[in-house]
Amino acid sequence: MPPTDMSRRDLLAGAAGLTAGGLLMAGSDADAQPQRPAELKIGITTFLSGPASVFGVPGRQAAEMMVDEFNQRGGIGGVRVRALFVDEAPGTEHLVGEFRRLVQSEGVHVMFASISSGSCLACTPLSRDLQKTTVLWDCATQRIFEEGPQPFAFRTQGFATPEVLAPLLYLLKTKPEFRTMAVINQDYAWGRDSWEMWRTGMEALKPGVRIVAELFPRLGAPDFTTEITRLLAARPDVIFSGHWGGDLVTLARQAAERRLFERSTFVLPVAEASLPILGRTFPAGHVIGTRGDHWNNHPRPKDPARLRALNEAYRARFNEPVIYPVHHMVQAFNALKAAYEKAIAAKGGGWPNDMELAAAFRGLTFDSPTATITLREDGQGLEDQIVGVSTHAEGTPYAIPKDMVIFPAAMVSTPVGMKSVDWLKTLKPDILAQVPAAISG
Amino acid sequence: MRRGETLLGLLGAAALVAAALLAPWLKFILTVALAKGIAVIGILLLLRAGQVSFGHALYVAMGAYTVAFLAPAMPDAAVLLPAGAAIATLTGLLIGLFVSRYREIFFGMLNLALSMVVYSLLEKLYDLTKGTDGIRVELPRFFGMALDRPGFEWAMFATALVLALGAGAFARLYLDSPMGQALSAIKTRETRLEFMGISARRVLLAAYVISALLGGVAGAIIGMTTRHVTPLLAYWTASGELVFIAILGGAGSVLGPFLGAVTFELVRIYAGAAVADAWQMILGGVLLAVILFAPGGLWGMIAGLLRRRAGAAS
Repeated sequence: MPPTDMSRRDLLAGAAGLTAGGLLMAGSDADAQPQRPAELKIGITTFLSGPASVFGVPGRQAAEMMVDEFNQRGGIGGVRVRALFVDEAPGTEHLVGEFRRLVQSEGVHVMFASISSGSCLACTPLSRDLQKTTVLWDCATQRIFEEGPQPFAFRTQGFATPEVLAPLLYLLKTKPEFRTMAVINQDYAWGRDSWEMWRTGMEALKPGVRIVAELFPRLGAPDFTTEITRLLAARPDVIFSGHWGGDLVTLARQAAERRLFERSTFVLPVAEASLPILGRTFPAGHVIGTRGDHWNNHPRPKDPARLRALNEAYRARFNEPVIYPVHHMVQAFNALKAAYEKAIAAKGGGWPNDMELAAAFRGLTFDSPTATITLREDGQGLEDQIVGVSTHAEGTPYAIPKDMVIFPAAMVSTPVGMKSVDWLKTLKPDILAQVPAAISG
Repeated sequence: MRRGETLLGLLGAAALVAAALLAPWLKFILTVALAKGIAVIGILLLLRAGQVSFGHALYVAMGAYTVAFLAPAMPDAAVLLPAGAAIATLTGLLIGLFVSRYREIFFGMLNLALSMVVYSLLEKLYDLTKGTDGIRVELPRFFGMALDRPGFEWAMFATALVLALGAGAFARLYLDSPMGQALSAIKTRETRLEFMGISARRVLLAAYVISALLGGVAGAIIGMTTRHVTPLLAYWTASGELVFIAILGGAGSVLGPFLGAVTFELVRIYAGAAVADAWQMILGGVLLAVILFAPGGLWGMIAGLLRRRAGAAS
């Protein structure tokens, strides 16, 4: 089969597709002038099974809630919204097939891609190939925009570098006297990347800290006895851990049992989502983060009524507290609405095509319940980071942060065009002077 | 029967081309399905000897990672595909030299263990393999031609189809040859084979190396089609998938693997589209139904129908 004569074949395919009854659609043309569709379809990839479904399922629930909320208010640009979900768990090769199906067969107008960094790395080039605007709604890998331009991909939340640097700055500001430290991270990309960033940043800002243990238990490990024994013996002042989900719950329970929390200060950038499950097992006095600025006890939310409404509506509908993936999904939906409104306004009321939608996303500013987020020229969102120290408050059955510092996104994000590790090497200790004061209480 | 098989094979190929023409997104799914079918042909050869390998995803991953590592230096499918196959074959020869001493559960478990060792290495040698995030494969050339994405996808689909037909025809001939007959003899009574002066180990080794080669070819096609290679390709569930496809399609014919692979991919896609939450249950249900009601797999069902019609005609 000669791979030439493409136009005729495409034409044939298109004609045959039409006769087949619209079920089998040919690829869409990004420049075509579209009619206002009957419904706005969003393809959402998220974990519906496997260990990361602790984030994926709340993400889907948030999406369902947002779809209902938008449709009650007349949809986006007068068009009803519909979400189509795809499970990310079977792996890359299945996911990229599903991505194509959603774009080329279902004819989705926009994709919301992925929790896992690997999935995002596989989907982003596909967004460019298929010329379909793709919102990276939750993944954190810094590689996405640092390995080349992505014309159709936009990330509506922060990324790994600020999520590691903010806790580091918080620690250096609040407990600067530590001399030894250890790491216990899951043995996969985020575990390796986050440690490399932490170490690089620490060597630049506070050289001479002795690293007494580097432990990388496997993803989904059920037992941390050996690691905890080593940490107890090594007596580090600080333990960094990027653990999340069920793994963090297991680690924290076993560490609490053996009083590791009393001997060392933990720094846990992804603690928030696991705290409700851990209850009072998770002790006070440790540095905790939430992959952004969306703690439910945010000290200065931009729109307190909206944050409260989100918390109450989500709890009422799903009987769970809001955790960060819910916020990330809400941000993606808000960004989508803002982008469509911007594109429709720019077109004088016409419905935007894929190119015009992508153009509207670039440099977009939208409101989340807690703040205003701007997408940079490379597509990366600037989301503030809030880090605090855990405490047990009256009325909340689990640990929440106090003495929170709101890190402005621009301060802790890698500048456009630089690689994160290279940038972290250039940090000077005077950055600590720029850290805003902690909001006590 | 044999002519019917060839005819059905060609008809099936024509149906796949028609489907790929009608729905561009299906072309991708079908390319991957054909590649998996090629790998399952290798499983089929081993099944003929009564041996089940729970680790053949290892060779698929070998092929795919060869593509991922070589692509920046030699971005041409004409180089990458044979290279992937060659590396997988070499690995298969090395591993085959000792696993061919073992039978049944020991054979299956050793293969599983080795594939998991490779999986762990791919995951842990982070600086080399980028760990679980995987390696991106940029669009390679095709025999020196720089194609655009749709063109390259057609080229890969055509390559997969031609290689699938080739692999099917080869397996058909091989199973009919003395080497293939000797494989069946390993299953029925290995001692008799040894008494005839034929080394059962060598017979199994030959089949094993061929299956590794087919796995490598499949991996190289998958790597160049999905264009993102992750260690999950070598994980035990991926090996299980290959065995699942072999059972689903049926071991009675070389068409079985392709029937199984296409059905598997389509069921998974449509189950995922219908109920994103419970696609695993639907897939499991299909396998249970096949095991309970059609022990010969999908091919067994088709062959039964053909026989009945032939019986009615005569």
